[in-house]
Amino acid sequence: MSRSPGRRQEIHKISRELFVLTYGALVAQLCKDYEKDEDVNAYLDRMGYSIGIRLIDDFLARSAVKKCRSYSETTDMIAQVAFKMYLGVTPSVSCSSAMGNEFSLILDKNPLVDFVEELPAERASLCYCNLLCGVIRGALEMVHLAAEVTFLQDRLKGDAVTEIGITFLRKPEDRKHKR
Amino acid sequence: MADETLFLLLHSEMVAGLYRAAEQGEGENGRCTTKLESMGFRVGQGLIERFTKDTARFKDELDIMKFICKDFWTTVFKKQIDNLRTNHQGIYVLQDNKFRLLTQMSAGKQYLEHAPKYLAFTCGLIRGGLSNLGIKSIVTAEVSSMPACKFQVMIQKM
Repeated sequence: MSRSPGRRQEIHKISRELFVLTYGALVAQLCKDYEKDEDVNAYLDRMGYSIGIRLIDDFLARSAVKKCRSYSETTDMIAQVAFKMYLGVTPSVSCSSAMGNEFSLILDKNPLVDFVEELPAERASLCYCNLLCGVIRGALEMVHLAAEVTFLQDRLKGDAVTEIGITFLRKPEDRKHKR
Repeated sequence: MADETLFLLLHSEMVAGLYRAAEQGEGENGRCTTKLESMGFRVGQGLIERFTKDTARFKDELDIMKFICKDFWTTVFKKQIDNLRTNHQGIYVLQDNKFRLLTQMSAGKQYLEHAPKYLAFTCGLIRGGLSNLGIKSIVTAEVSSMPACKFQVMIQKM
């Protein structure tokens, strides 16, 4: 092929922009259809869930990772492999509970909001990236890990960083029982 | 690449979600295709701007259509349009024999009645791209046997 590496990068970048732009058009359409922010957030979460349950197959096929042995390993996998593979960013992980089942992913660069400057005034409680929460929740459920995923901080709402909180719902002791 | 999967999944979820909402009576049925097409229009406008930032000026309409068939289609769907036909009077037919958004659905006549839903967004994409290149058009699509499909572009003289 006579493509230079620079051109491939560009195509890659535009491919990702297609996804980001489509997501933006979708959120704009939903804002027109639903008046309440909670409805839009719930719709995005449901959509994300349906995408997540399929995305996990694609992820496992592409990455061929081994089974994770702990919640923190799982979260690391999401941050370092999955996010990198699909969105090109690597959030940092921090564990925020002594029990070892609450983690947060801190994104200082969120590609989904590349073209968004700020939320409109009448949509102050819109979780623009709520799709991500649904995707993570759906994907985890397909590997038999029930979790609650929400946005703890959001740069679009004025916080310093974007933070996604993952709370695994089963107690860590249950996982220690090996068959 | 992995980005493609995300877009494919998002697109199929969008179509499914919109039609599900319409079924539950939250909006009129015919509006779903319009909504998808207008979303595609917005995305097409934005995408073509990013894409043609550094390319040379287009000589004429045919040049623009060739750009859509080759570079634009390759970037968005990872392949070129297989066949471009025109009557040189403003009507172009773009034929894609293995349309990326339909390959996962079926290889033949099964689910043919659902195919148009999955083409609305792409029709809007083409229309939006052309609109920001200065061409007003109407884009329709037809499928006779998946995953091949034809997009018909009718240029509107302003």
